[in-house]
Amino acid sequence: MIKKWGNTIRHTFMIIFSVIMVYPVLWWIGASLKQNSELSSPNIFPSVPQWSNFSNGWKSVPGHSFTDFYLNTFGLELAVMIATLISSTLVAFGFARLDFPLKGFWFSLLMLTLMMPGQVLIIPQYALFHQLGWVNTYLPFVVPHMVASGAGGTFFVFLLIQFIRGIPRELDESAKIDGCSWFGIYWRVVMPLTKPAIVTVMIFCFLWNWDDFLGHLLYINSVDKYTVGLALRMINDSQSAQEWGQLLAMSLVSIVPATLVFMFLQKYFVDGIATTGIKG
Amino acid sequence: MKRSTTVTTNPKKQHSFLSRWNAPIAGYLFISPWLLGFLGLTAYPLFLSLYYSFTNYTLMEPISFVGTRNYEQIFTADPKFIQSVKVTFLYVIASVPLKLTAALLVALVLNKAIKGISLYRTAIYFPSLIGGSIAVSLLWRNLFGVDGIFNKIISVFGIEGKGWITSPDTAMGTLILLTVWQFGSSMVIFLAGLKQIPKDLYEASSVDGANKITQFFKITLHMLSPILYFNLIMAVISAFQMFTSAFVITNGGPMNSTYVYALYLYERAFSRYQLGYSSALAWIMLVMIVVATLIIAGTSKYWVFYENDTGGKKRK
Repeated sequence: MIKKWGNTIRHTFMIIFSVIMVYPVLWWIGASLKQNSELSSPNIFPSVPQWSNFSNGWKSVPGHSFTDFYLNTFGLELAVMIATLISSTLVAFGFARLDFPLKGFWFSLLMLTLMMPGQVLIIPQYALFHQLGWVNTYLPFVVPHMVASGAGGTFFVFLLIQFIRGIPRELDESAKIDGCSWFGIYWRVVMPLTKPAIVTVMIFCFLWNWDDFLGHLLYINSVDKYTVGLALRMINDSQSAQEWGQLLAMSLVSIVPATLVFMFLQKYFVDGIATTGIKG
Repeated sequence: MKRSTTVTTNPKKQHSFLSRWNAPIAGYLFISPWLLGFLGLTAYPLFLSLYYSFTNYTLMEPISFVGTRNYEQIFTADPKFIQSVKVTFLYVIASVPLKLTAALLVALVLNKAIKGISLYRTAIYFPSLIGGSIAVSLLWRNLFGVDGIFNKIISVFGIEGKGWITSPDTAMGTLILLTVWQFGSSMVIFLAGLKQIPKDLYEASSVDGANKITQFFKITLHMLSPILYFNLIMAVISAFQMFTSAFVITNGGPMNSTYVYALYLYERAFSRYQLGYSSALAWIMLVMIVVATLIIAGTSKYWVFYENDTGGKKRK
């Protein structure tokens, strides 16, 4: 009997708590369909849904539509993800399977860079990319990922090392007896078995680059190269008489990709966070 | 830039049938991408920024060495530095414990409620998923504005609202609240840790007559302490670097009450292009973060416990 009551209390608490947690998001969905005058109402539902918030908001940057910004962002994401996929798996395989001089030393440096506050590197990296003429291109995002040093790069390597270490070494050895090279073992034996970890890495690579607002702010100057985040900031700054409904509508659309990824790949998400401690 | 790691130890396997190194050249080929990145985009920039911090580098003018002048100015004649350090410490000290406490408490409740756990987990994790984006910062600005719904809701309880973001007393509070709202990812980590605690520890201790509170401190917290430790360090490191929400929601205002360190760094470096001066600021930030981490690491021997692989016996 006491146990039953305990459960009821627990569930009541969790339900109330969950509602408080998601209420801002629910209100946001409603607000994206509201007129400006209605925005101060805690009511979730708009009296008359203003679908025009979405259609007008989509075109609210003069000379461009959000289609351009989404294409830019997805293009950038695709390049960054391919770069990460190749570099981080190669490096992780090297650390997890091969023995070479000074391996321990390099590995401890890798662990150290995991905890390195990224902001210390922002200024010298900016100076470096500036001298190379890379400002206002996507190279400051893609090139670091090609060498496993972009946003979260070392983390992906670490996660993959941990995962590959769990794959039995006997598989490598039998492949070796069959005459497989190290690259063959990487490509034919270990990579297919590492798929779940690779999915996790791709998810976080996508999310972190989507949210890398400071990076985009620093390196992308011209509107035709803007990412979604920069475009949102631009509408926010440019409209003095705020079209809040449009702004909230466009903001809402910008979290749809992350939400979809989460909905369909939730298993990998939770596993990734729980096993490595990576945060979402 | 928010992430943490749990402790994992992999004992090195000995392969006697192989020579000391099984792939001296192939090994370097495989790790060469990271090696290039580490040397070119981490180590070299780190030293470059140390060098810049002793110069008046501005991107446009020729660079010239100024000795310790930047540091002297920062420590003796820079009120904005002092303000930003104060604000940042306030943010770190308030947001990190609140976030971790919320994460731990909800994880404890959720660990017991088996039915519907994935639904609750989703609801609570969702803010963490979207929380770092500029979109949520814009939402927050709306929620806590003078006409925001937060004021409407509290007016039901007879509390008079105000401009939470435009008032210097509460602006930082709203930013901290935004951070704490995103406790879901820490909670998922705690939840995974709680699942690892062997059930027989609780059974054995209740046979010995331990009550729930004793069990919480002696078993739960004890076993969870390595995870708590790493969550703490990572949360502190990322809190020191807080930028997007302060930039978008308040832009450092009102009256510099949310003028966090990263914002100051950004302004010096990219509005005024004083890269030398801001490199000095960046190095001071690095030292502050390292010192904070070392302090936490120094206390860890009093409260963090590691378990042997065989289980049961603990070494301090």
